[in-house]
Amino acid sequence: MLIAATLAILVVMILAIIRGFVGPTLYDRILAVNMFGTKTVLLISLLGFVMGRPEFLDIAIVYALINFISIIGVLHFSDSAVFRHDPHDTGSTKKES
Amino acid sequence: MELIVNISSASCLLIGSFLCLSGGVGIMRLPDFYTRMHAVGVTDTLGAGMILIGLILQNPEGLVVIKLLLILVMTIFISPVASHALAKAAYRNDLVPLSDRNENKGGTESSNP
Repeated sequence: MLIAATLAILVVMILAIIRGFVGPTLYDRILAVNMFGTKTVLLISLLGFVMGRPEFLDIAIVYALINFISIIGVLHFSDSAVFRHDPHDTGSTKKES
Repeated sequence: MELIVNISSASCLLIGSFLCLSGGVGIMRLPDFYTRMHAVGVTDTLGAGMILIGLILQNPEGLVVIKLLLILVMTIFISPVASHALAKAAYRNDLVPLSDRNENKGGTESSNP
C-alpha cells in the first residue's frame, strides 16, 4: 500500500510539472510549483517509510518550510511591474517594459 | 487489534492517493486558474492529511509520530495561507475569472484562459 501511494504521488507530480510547463499564465505556474512542493513533502515521507529509514522526515519538514517561503516570496515580487500580468496577452507571462 | 490498525492505515492511504490523483487530473483538465486552484486545494489539505494520518497509523510510537504530526500541522497551516495569497495576488493583478468573462461577452463562446 505504501508503494501504491508512492506511485500515485509520482503520477501527480508529473501532472503538476506538465501544468507548470504549459501553464498559460504566471499564476498557473506558481500554483503548479506549490502543488509540486507539497507533493515532494509527501513523497519524501512515503519514501522514508518504504525504505525503512524514518530519518527522512527531517528533510520533509525542511522542504515544507522552503516551499512556503518560496511561494510567499514569489508572490511578494509579483506586485512589481516586471511580473505584472497582462490579461489580454495569454501567451507569454512577462511584459516587456 | 493490529489488524484494525493496518486496515485503517491502508484505507487512509488509499483515500489520500485517490484524492491526490483526482487533484492531478483536475489541474490538467479544468479550464480556468481559479478552478485549478480549487483542485489543488483539495489535494493540499485533505489528500496530504489522509496520507500523513495513514503514515502515523503505520508506526504508532516514538519520535516518528511527533515529526509526522509536525508536518501535518505545518501543512494544514501553510497550504491555505499560500492559496489565499495566490488567489488574492491573481485577482488584484486583473486575472478575470471565467464566468465573469462569459457574462460580459454575453455569448456562448468558450474563452481560452
